[in-house]
Amino acid sequence: METILVLAHVEADGLLAKPALEALAAAKSLGGTLVLGLIGADVQPAANKIAGCGAAKFVGVAGADFTQARYATDAAAAAAIAKAAGATVIIAPHTSRWGRVLAGVAQRLGGRVDTHVTAVSLVNGAPAVTRWYYRQRMEAVLQRVQRPWLIALDPGCVAPWQGETGTATLEAVAVNLTDAHKRTTVTGVRAPKAEEQTIRPDAKLLFVAGAGWTKKQADGQTHVEEAEKLILDFLKLTGASLGSSKSLVDISGEGQAVLPFMTHLNQIGQTGSTPRHPKGLSTCCHGEEPHTVGWRFINERRAISLDPNCGWARGKADVLYAADAFQVMAKVNELLAAKKSV
Amino acid sequence: MSIAYQIVVCGSIVPDPLQTLEPVSGHAGPALKNEMMLPAVLDPWVSHALFEAAHLAKSTPGSKVWLVSIAPKAKLQQVMMTIAQKAPFELVAVDGPSSGFTEAAEAAGTLADAIKAIPGLDMKRVLVFGGWESASRGAGATMQMVGERLGITDQFQGVDKLTVNADGSLEILERIEGGKHQVSKCAGPPAVLGWATGSLPEPPNNPQIGMANMRAIMPALQRAKPAKIAAEGVTFASVTLPKQLRETKIVKDAPPDEIAREIVAWVTG
Repeated sequence: METILVLAHVEADGLLAKPALEALAAAKSLGGTLVLGLIGADVQPAANKIAGCGAAKFVGVAGADFTQARYATDAAAAAAIAKAAGATVIIAPHTSRWGRVLAGVAQRLGGRVDTHVTAVSLVNGAPAVTRWYYRQRMEAVLQRVQRPWLIALDPGCVAPWQGETGTATLEAVAVNLTDAHKRTTVTGVRAPKAEEQTIRPDAKLLFVAGAGWTKKQADGQTHVEEAEKLILDFLKLTGASLGSSKSLVDISGEGQAVLPFMTHLNQIGQTGSTPRHPKGLSTCCHGEEPHTVGWRFINERRAISLDPNCGWARGKADVLYAADAFQVMAKVNELLAAKKSV
Repeated sequence: MSIAYQIVVCGSIVPDPLQTLEPVSGHAGPALKNEMMLPAVLDPWVSHALFEAAHLAKSTPGSKVWLVSIAPKAKLQQVMMTIAQKAPFELVAVDGPSSGFTEAAEAAGTLADAIKAIPGLDMKRVLVFGGWESASRGAGATMQMVGERLGITDQFQGVDKLTVNADGSLEILERIEGGKHQVSKCAGPPAVLGWATGSLPEPPNNPQIGMANMRAIMPALQRAKPAKIAAEGVTFASVTLPKQLRETKIVKDAPPDEIAREIVAWVTG
């Protein structure tokens, strides 16, 4: 029987974020002996929130040094918890914090790691994971003989655990830190101003702008300012998250007209992100493979493109509107604004 | 305080993103159909790491860049014809598979051994660069394991910017959730940086750099030792292409008003 450790870090509010509860739900689906391992300044409140999860024990590394998402301290804490738990399988949410350290922890423990896992299951009574290869182009189900096996579960793939709160008995794990662990200091987070933040992971809709927005239009001129207004108005009216094709963000490096609010962080696809949203609307983008691999986890897809034979038409979108996105989006914004004012 | 960095960029080759990929089952596990025939490129995030490394080396006199790569050497040679024109570096080649279905831990062991064998490497000056995820395995695991094997515990992933401060410390911006960056200050080398897109454009081809690089690249390819990298202990139950091919409805010749109404109903529905 496997001893399954769920690794989680507590958030600024002292509790666990949704991805951690998803990892807990995934771990419970495998059976075995469940152990909870928590890291943060004070982990007791988080342990109490999940006291009813059926864990055989709760272990934690707590202290001010463990509030920072820093490789050296996180890796030391995770390795210590894994050893204290005697874990054979370790499941953690694939947050940026765990994504930074889990493979290093696997190396320390002499184990193996699988990241960006989208499902865990039992195959012939043993754990198996599902993950994608070649940037979401092919999906594999695999098992491993090596232990411990560390599994980083992508957020949004499993319904989060819900259950009784209570008072958890927490076993403290000591981690001796030296100056070498503190050569790095996290000094802050840099984020766009709230009104300029266009990446919204929880949005129901992903709006993707392609390079066509900055190209010459039917009148032989570019209309970048108009494009900027249409896109930003749409985002304001719908609360959608903004994505872009690589070609659009790379234009800045080529000295061409750019949409100033667009950065590499908005990029979707081969060298960008693969976000999860229920719906996606693509505009002025040709829908070729390197771009659309980033749409793997968008459920309903529509596209507006002047070319009815573009990549979207070849089984990648549910609906392709062969039309001028400038004209269509202007009307869309009018209708949305009218709807809002009612 | 100025340090002459020794920047080791790790990275392999991947199929050109425009290629259609299809999995096949081989004797050693899954592979890509016609893998050796597919045109290849340097892994995109490795390219960014290489450009950032070259930029840093140029701005800090005495610095040097190595590119350590595990790939089938015939294909690596093809890719080098292009990439060698972009930035000055010394190639350390290992003749092995570049498949995404191989094991990160095994690749990391081979890479770490190749790095340790670089003559004159001084860990107090070493920065290990690479892509934060590959376009093949896409796990973001290899760089961390390489760092651990080299004893480097200052590691950063999804890096978009590196600034060397006046006191020699490093300010690093890493991607985190929600389109934000975590800002860290690291005392200095050694460190591992898995690069995302970085902040530099792709440099134009420079034939002079290409010729200078190729003089050393060809002997490096000839010296490339074979490495056995597989996926020991892994059983693939299945490897499949996505099943869902959508029945695309193409709406042509509809007025913008009508399309807009349909989109609004869908977005707000």
